[in-house]
Amino acid sequence: MNDPMKAPIWVGVLGWAVALVIFMPIFIIAITAFKTEQDAYTLSLFFTPTLQSFHEVFERSHYLAFVTNSVIVSFGSTFLSLAIAIPAAYSLAFFPGPRAQKTLLWMLSTKMMPAVGVLIPIYLLAKSAGLLDSVTGLLIIYTLINLPIAVWMAFTYFNEVPKEILEAARIDGASAWQEMLHLLLPTSLPGLASTALLLVILSWNEAFWSLNLSSSNAAPLTVFIASYSNPEGLFWAKLSAASLLAVAPILCLGWIAQKQLVRGMTFGAVK
Amino acid sequence: MTQHVLDALPAGTSATPAPARRAGNPLAKLLLTPSVAVLFLWMIVPLAMTLYFSFIRYNLLNPDQTGFVGLDNYKYLLEDPTFWPSIGHTLVLIGSVLAISVIGGTLVAVLFDQPFAGRGIARLLVIAPFFVMPTVSALIWKNMVLHPVYGLWAGIFRHLGLQPIDWLADYPMWSVIVMVAWQWLPFAFLILLTSLQSLDTEQKEAAQLDGAGPVRIFVYITLPHLSRAIAVVIMIETIFLLSIFAEIFTSTAGGPGTETTTLTWLIYSIGLQQFDIGIASAGGVIAVVLANIVSIFLVRMLAKNLKGEYDK
Repeated sequence: MNDPMKAPIWVGVLGWAVALVIFMPIFIIAITAFKTEQDAYTLSLFFTPTLQSFHEVFERSHYLAFVTNSVIVSFGSTFLSLAIAIPAAYSLAFFPGPRAQKTLLWMLSTKMMPAVGVLIPIYLLAKSAGLLDSVTGLLIIYTLINLPIAVWMAFTYFNEVPKEILEAARIDGASAWQEMLHLLLPTSLPGLASTALLLVILSWNEAFWSLNLSSSNAAPLTVFIASYSNPEGLFWAKLSAASLLAVAPILCLGWIAQKQLVRGMTFGAVK
Repeated sequence: MTQHVLDALPAGTSATPAPARRAGNPLAKLLLTPSVAVLFLWMIVPLAMTLYFSFIRYNLLNPDQTGFVGLDNYKYLLEDPTFWPSIGHTLVLIGSVLAISVIGGTLVAVLFDQPFAGRGIARLLVIAPFFVMPTVSALIWKNMVLHPVYGLWAGIFRHLGLQPIDWLADYPMWSVIVMVAWQWLPFAFLILLTSLQSLDTEQKEAAQLDGAGPVRIFVYITLPHLSRAIAVVIMIETIFLLSIFAEIFTSTAGGPGTETTTLTWLIYSIGLQQFDIGIASAGGVIAVVLANIVSIFLVRMLAKNLKGEYDK
């Protein structure tokens, strides 16, 4: 009798083969980033690793400015979304009015509006408000597109706080603030943290609005990397180095947040 | 348990009476208002503007020509020789990516439901593409995988003594489909694996005892269990795929010719390259209508789910 906990060896081989094939493109940029430009065009695995491309990325472009834009826009919008969403989720989870369900679904439906449907007016509004190619403009847009996800995720986490505990505290006379500070925050903090993580990932990688609304001043990394697509910018080693730096931190966050991602992206339908 | 939590509260709180809290009290409304207000503005204002622009003549290059034109923008768009092909390209792109990511994602998820050595790490590798920003993934595929001279495929083809293929020039739509599917298969995989792992093993074991083979178990137990998650994946991916932009922007720019021009790309090029706001807005209205058809189903499904949440 086989060990029921162990799959046959071919399952493992197949699983790893699938994983390596899917990961291959990322592996390619990871090694190309450490090659010289000459070596970059060969797919050889045998080369002398160098940090030359990383140096050049920092020297020849305002790489740090793009990183700064990405950080400001993704962390800033996450903070703003949560600041607006948490009170709303609190209200919907603990004081649901007669229209609470409808409100939640309506919020969700705003997320389903295709971005391209409002591209033209948003572009014109941003232009007339002087928010074209501005970090503030992107910050506002990202806050708005992530708000429904923030409300939904915070709502599902609040909803998991056992109602009996809250009721007991209320009977005991805890005020709303005490309740929030001593009961709600500690029990739902991990959930809120993972909500924040997901929002940072989503806004870091957002490329529809960043490509359309920013060019040089406010460009986050998504836009900077896209500038390598023109033919004269074919420096593969540098492209790989810049890409690796842009992708690696968020990939690590994504790996940490994979469970929360499922919940956030499916609006709690799959947990 | 309750006592334990109450002990955590500061002393003296029990003396103050609990404030009246009923559904819809003013504080609850106040907390909800900012979210509702900004989302309402975000949804209504631009949508109303898109709708309004779609009925007027409005070209940024000819600001003198204005006025109500009725359905002329729609008529012009529908008669544009690139419009119907762009709808076709959109459907091909969405349909193919959905098929690849859902079928592939299901198979990989079933594989990763088996306990093999190093499964946790292999799983991290599989989900990685979903966290790669779209512009990076488009450039990796364009330059390093599909490039006719230096790409990975060209290398493999030469190794086999075959003529390398210029994928982006000869099979542009397939190239875009593959790079988009590469990002969304991991998403489907992750959702479906999560759903698989919530499947009761007892049911499977009972079926095994009754002599059911792995295929029968998959068809009669696993697949029905996954159906809800699959439906969720299809709907969410559809909504995101309808607005696929960065991959096309970075790799093919809608070309060669208009072979990878989707509805989203067409609206972008009419509105922000030719600056014809009126016609682009008519396209925007069409995109919103298409997305709404999908979202009605999704919202209905989540509504059922939500009822469960409140009844808990």
